[in-house]
Amino acid sequence: MTSYLLFVVLPYAALAIFLIGSIYRYRSNEFSVSSISSQFLEGRKLFWGSQPFHWGLFILFFGHLIAFLFPSAVIAWNGQPVRLLILEIAAFTFGLSALFGLFLLIYRRLTTRRIQIVTSKMDLVVYAVLLTQIISGLLVAYHSRWGSSWFAAFLTPYLRSIFVFDPQIEAISSVTSLSLKVHVVSAFTLIGIIPFTRFVHFLVYPVDYLWRSYQQVIWNWSRKHIRTSRKHSEGYKSTNN
Amino acid sequence: MDVRSQVSMVFHLDKCIGCHTCSIACKNIWTDRKGAEYMWWNNVETKPGTGYPTKWEDQEIYKGGWEKNGDTVSLKGAGKFRGLKNIFHNPHLPVLDDYYEPWTYKYQDLFTAPEGDDQPTARPVSLVTGEHMDVQSGPNWDDDLGGSPDYARQDVNLNQLSEAEREAMFQLERMTFHYLPRICNHCLNPACVASCPSGALYKRGEDGIVLINQERCRAWRMCVTACPYKKSYYNWHTGKSEKCILCYPRLESGQAPACFHSCVGRIRYLGVLLYDADKIEQAASAPDDRLVDAQMDIYLDPFDPEVIKQARLNGVADSTIIAAQKSPVYKFVKLWKLALPLHPEFRTLPNLFYVPALLPTMATVANGVYDSTSKSLWNGVESNRLPMKYLASLFSAGDTGKVTEVMKRLMAVRLHRRGVTVGDLNSAEISQALKEVQMDGSTADEIFRLTSLATFDERFVIPPAHREESIEMLESTADVKGNTGFGFKRKPERGL
Repeated sequence: MTSYLLFVVLPYAALAIFLIGSIYRYRSNEFSVSSISSQFLEGRKLFWGSQPFHWGLFILFFGHLIAFLFPSAVIAWNGQPVRLLILEIAAFTFGLSALFGLFLLIYRRLTTRRIQIVTSKMDLVVYAVLLTQIISGLLVAYHSRWGSSWFAAFLTPYLRSIFVFDPQIEAISSVTSLSLKVHVVSAFTLIGIIPFTRFVHFLVYPVDYLWRSYQQVIWNWSRKHIRTSRKHSEGYKSTNN
Repeated sequence: MDVRSQVSMVFHLDKCIGCHTCSIACKNIWTDRKGAEYMWWNNVETKPGTGYPTKWEDQEIYKGGWEKNGDTVSLKGAGKFRGLKNIFHNPHLPVLDDYYEPWTYKYQDLFTAPEGDDQPTARPVSLVTGEHMDVQSGPNWDDDLGGSPDYARQDVNLNQLSEAEREAMFQLERMTFHYLPRICNHCLNPACVASCPSGALYKRGEDGIVLINQERCRAWRMCVTACPYKKSYYNWHTGKSEKCILCYPRLESGQAPACFHSCVGRIRYLGVLLYDADKIEQAASAPDDRLVDAQMDIYLDPFDPEVIKQARLNGVADSTIIAAQKSPVYKFVKLWKLALPLHPEFRTLPNLFYVPALLPTMATVANGVYDSTSKSLWNGVESNRLPMKYLASLFSAGDTGKVTEVMKRLMAVRLHRRGVTVGDLNSAEISQALKEVQMDGSTADEIFRLTSLATFDERFVIPPAHREESIEMLESTADVKGNTGFGFKRKPERGL
């Protein structure tokens, strides 16, 4: 019963809240969608915290994503022990880097007067969930070795079963490793609280900056556009409104 | 030719008395809010001085503006690759202490302090943390050369000068300063817009005002770095950047922006310039010694029939073209060549131009006697108190010839008017001065008039915003034609 709650109900609740909540927040209160950076108030400590934390998480996120999307490729890569070692050590290092950064960020937030002023209660929740997530992940990686291989063979089927609405929880609920259970549960918790926290900022990571033109000019309406439009009589709407 | 209109500005520095009324008008209307206390969308600096934020002109520190990169320009401290790389921590972002920590006083203590032998005081408290603080600096900490060894001598523009010239500037008899009011330049090639990863910043097509969409801003902070004038500010409370909006709600209803309206010295002029948007890249990437000329070439003659034709084709309203013809900015900048952009070497093509100050003549000290007499009425431009190199560093990317020419023109107007009003000058001297700058008496009179006697409506020629046409922002005209009145935003159908 507990397994059912933790590995079926929680994931679906979290994903539903994430999807509906994020879209609702973006559409109804876009103003609140921001990274609310505090670098302006304190920059030096932020550097040592933010850089290792974000880059660590950035890489780990894509690592998990690849293992989820292309499990066979990961298993094939791990076919040679050297490559397996490289992958595991690299992943563990990024995990440590994220943990190190997070510790510094928490320390900075709790001890810097100016940063205390801009700290909300949800920021503390965010820190608690992230700490649980990263520490449990590192414990899993250390105690249940070669996770990159068994993730692909063992967790990917479970995650996929969630996404195809046919949850298979036998494997995951028979796991004895507490840290792994915690890692999975806190991962879904993290997804569930995205709409209520500053986590939303990673949803608006500005990739489109790469292909947009540098300068942006916005017209109330373009006479030029309407003048040249052949579809004017058909109620053509100029695109820049 | 892609003709567009730009609301642009001229500040006449000779008339600025440094009263900060403009700053206060702006502050009271726009930035008297939590998180914005430290922002001065309009601020007045003393030059020489380090300004606000401290040493903002030094792009080796702040990495603002554009750099010439072959035939084009690239952002110095931001850009696509660099922006996304530095998104987790922007190494060039100025922090609060580079501006100043805003504070207020605990006035209530004056009333509630218990009776005692000492006078109650209102101690300063930080507007960020609310705690007692020692005030270390403020937005005008170096006003009127206050603390010159620490501030004025650190002025970045002094780098152009030799050690001896610098020493000479700071001798008591020679010392001088003038004010430099600054607002957002609403550039033609805005670095802030180009640097914004989320695309929150944009330039308005109709009048060229540069704005930040507060809904869109995600606090990536790149605009603060990219603006070389440091006129994009980060609101630490809302987590959004903000900047001067040129009081567009006022402009749209035909009123001058608050800082312009309130200017006591009447130093400010506002009007439309028509420009050729096709030439922006070319002008922004001109070599240093051509920068000012290249920018001037962008601005078009609003009386030229070809320009008018192209402007109309581009959708510039007739009323805007008329405003451009009456524009005081066009006269100062293009016709009379009296106004120069601030730091054109940042390559953003700023639309705020400055008429440099003709400072008092230099005196000499001999045997302890301060002697300010001179052979001619006003000593020549050459013996200006501020070295031309210094002014050139401010206004012409180091080209002393450009600044000298402007100063000579200003001097010619002055001599001409002295001849008219007092008549104690040799007329040959006057006509020589006018001839040297290829100016005739009537132009000099016109310059004098617009400088000293201009009325409100001559100083601020604001093009109508045509808000009556804003229906076009909602619907295509063709759609609306079939409907009654202004039509409907959604189809008026029954049911869900």
